[in-house]
Amino acid sequence: MSVLRTIGVPILSVLLAVGIGSLILLAGGYDPLKAYAALFQGAFGGPMRKPLDAIGDTLVRSTPLMFTGLAVGFGFRANLFNIGAEGQFILGSLGAAWFGLLFAGLPTIASIPLILIGAALFGAAWAFIPALLKARTGAHEVITTMMFSWIALYLTSWIISGPLAESATNNFQTPMLSSAVWLPTLDKIIPGLPALKYAHAGLLVAIAAAIVVALLLRRTTLGYEVRAVGFNPTAAQNGGISIPLTTIWALCISGALAGMAGASEVLGVTHRMYDQVSAGAGYGFTGIAVALLGRKNPAGIIVAALLFGALSAGSGTMQLFASVPDKIVMIIQALIIFFVGAETIVSWYVKRRQRLALERRGAAHAAE
Amino acid sequence: MPVLELREITKVFPGVRANDRVSLTLERGEIVALLGENGAGKSTLMNVAYGLLSADGGEILVDGAPVRIRSPRDAIALGIGMVHQHFMLVEPLTVTENIILGHEPTRFGVVDRKGARKRVEELSQQYGLKVEPDAVVRDLSVGMQQRVEILKALYQGARILILDEPTAVLTPQEVRELFRVIRSLVDAGLSVVLITHKLDEVMGAADRVVVMRDGRVVGETTPKETDQIGLARMMVGRDVVLRIDKAEAHPTEVVLRVTDLVVKSQRGLESLKGVSLEVRAGEIVGIAGVDGNGQTELVEAIVGLRRANSGKIALKDRDITRASTRKTIEAGVSHVPEDRHRRGLILEFDVAENLILGDHRRMPFARMGITRPGAISITARKRIEDYDIRTPSEYVLAGALSGGNQQKVVLARELGREPELLVAAQPTRGLDVGAIEFVHRRLIAERDSGTAILLVSMELEEVMYLSDRILVMYGGYVVAEFEAGEVDAERIGYYMTGGKPTESAAEPVVASGGAL
Repeated sequence: MSVLRTIGVPILSVLLAVGIGSLILLAGGYDPLKAYAALFQGAFGGPMRKPLDAIGDTLVRSTPLMFTGLAVGFGFRANLFNIGAEGQFILGSLGAAWFGLLFAGLPTIASIPLILIGAALFGAAWAFIPALLKARTGAHEVITTMMFSWIALYLTSWIISGPLAESATNNFQTPMLSSAVWLPTLDKIIPGLPALKYAHAGLLVAIAAAIVVALLLRRTTLGYEVRAVGFNPTAAQNGGISIPLTTIWALCISGALAGMAGASEVLGVTHRMYDQVSAGAGYGFTGIAVALLGRKNPAGIIVAALLFGALSAGSGTMQLFASVPDKIVMIIQALIIFFVGAETIVSWYVKRRQRLALERRGAAHAAE
Repeated sequence: MPVLELREITKVFPGVRANDRVSLTLERGEIVALLGENGAGKSTLMNVAYGLLSADGGEILVDGAPVRIRSPRDAIALGIGMVHQHFMLVEPLTVTENIILGHEPTRFGVVDRKGARKRVEELSQQYGLKVEPDAVVRDLSVGMQQRVEILKALYQGARILILDEPTAVLTPQEVRELFRVIRSLVDAGLSVVLITHKLDEVMGAADRVVVMRDGRVVGETTPKETDQIGLARMMVGRDVVLRIDKAEAHPTEVVLRVTDLVVKSQRGLESLKGVSLEVRAGEIVGIAGVDGNGQTELVEAIVGLRRANSGKIALKDRDITRASTRKTIEAGVSHVPEDRHRRGLILEFDVAENLILGDHRRMPFARMGITRPGAISITARKRIEDYDIRTPSEYVLAGALSGGNQQKVVLARELGREPELLVAAQPTRGLDVGAIEFVHRRLIAERDSGTAILLVSMELEEVMYLSDRILVMYGGYVVAEFEAGEVDAERIGYYMTGGKPTESAAEPVVASGGAL
């Protein structure tokens, strides 16, 4: 895939989405310029919002999307559609909450990595059964992981309102985690960095995860096999690669990444787990959009996550200053996804034009 | 006036002329067999006639008048019907529902089920095609399903019926039944084109035969004027290729020993009915035979892509009957697959990555799960040089190479492993003369260095030229075995088409004739 196409299509999609968004705003009687100005300033700062607050907000909202984007993107590389990243996210949150309560006594430098690993394992475990079913019976992962997301939602709801509840009356959330297991805010880690609103070390973990995924894909045997199976399972099989085993690994790693997204939110932002924590946020599903926009490429996914995070951060300001409902932002997000997906339509159209031209030439030959 | 005429049809796909000025006529009430190997262009031609493909050149005439067929809808309107090799039925629906699909009779805007059922029964009676109108297609036998497909074409008003490899999935009884049906259809006024590569069917059922090879018509005849050997020669022969001098073989120990191998397909039909063979180090054993007689299954069973139902495959003293592809590669078996695009290469990987496929877990290409790009690059460059692969660099995507160079990549990879046994299936398919010569040279060099080579090829001349011993497969058995140089193409062709050993002078070394 040429570089132009790799970068050009996402940029074009965003521009088209923004353009159509303007039309919708106009139709709704809103001022597009004011709205987009508010959106931008909400994400990056300006007169309407303090830059430190804005950027911090953008980073916080982008962080879980980086993880889920990487998760879904990794699955895509093996030709698997991990639509259940949502459920794995929830399990990861649960794991983080549980281990967070468990390891509160350990020194931070030890507890946080352990909790993250534990959450990743929870996420991977949640993807394991769908992975096994796909490998053994061919059961489509879209259905199985999706169903498991629902199971995750109700399972954790029960656990949070029961065994892990804060108290008998406050049974819609877990106890607050001890500050010993909180992910430090960025200004505490990076010397000289001013206080960015809420932005926490989860961002650094996410970027590290992106680097690890990139190395995994390019520089390991597993990555080679995942890509091989994703491109051409028949040839991969001929080369001695086990398709079932590779499928399981790919889906479990995907689940692990989604699990870490959940952990990042719990340890960095909420510091506890609420009942139905992600039902509103939908990080898992947005992760699909991020993966598509980022063309399944770790670097692209980071950038795409930042974009979606920015949109999310800016929507509040847009509501405040331009009186635009935040649903408009969701429409723009949806339009972006649509146009990225529409790339297929464009390719089809181009090929069709070529075929028709060839046919016309062929008919001309026959008439000679 | 012919009921259907295809004149100078040309169809080009990227890199290949599937049809090169092909002409075919079909007279009323005739059964014409369109004969050729896989890839000869027969299906392409008929897909053009049926509107699934559009020709790049040529014209189509129905009843003498030129027509434009842009889609199957146009073809059906002209009375052309087609039954494909892979049925296009909707399994959960009933026979009647499938037959009327797309042309449902309606009464006041609602589908007229009673009327449809009645029409189906009428057709069934008229053409002698017994079916259960309310049976669900999923529950039917393959032979029955095919009948539904035929009725569908008849319901849509077909006067010209094209059957694409109709007997590929049928049992012998179902085949007999099908030809009875075809005869009765023709007696009722239809004209039939039968696409096939089975010579006995052609001889038994067709009024005329058109033979295609490499996208062109190479001959037209009738069963009266020829026999299976003649047909085989037309179908399988090729222009003479440069002959390289080769030394005599000096085979040593047995490397591959296959004993009573039985392989069944999903339907329980046996593709391999009990095959035994041996290949020794330093010799090339070639398997001649028309495609579809078990060669593919034999190759797949040996390399681990398919499970054997019974029998034994041994590599020297190792039993590899149940081995996976990974284990067979580790045991020292290399495989040049017959379809390099699907099975041989990953077109989205670059040349270097393709060159290590199968060895990618081992040193020097990887250590403990981490790949070593330096070593990969060095080996890739060496292979590119050794095998004269024309590519600007090892990082070019495999999909960008020409067919000949792609095959060289596959060969470089498989031979670079220095295998004990090389299984090569259709190694020169789709290659130009230069590339073919290269591959042949390489195979002979490999043999001379002590590798055991099992060659499967539909090109009879290639098999005869390269092999030290020639086996003939037919109907899932090895039916004959010859020493090279002691047999001619006619004799091999005879066995290739199911001929049984006779009391004549030139007897093969071994002739088992299968189910004698």
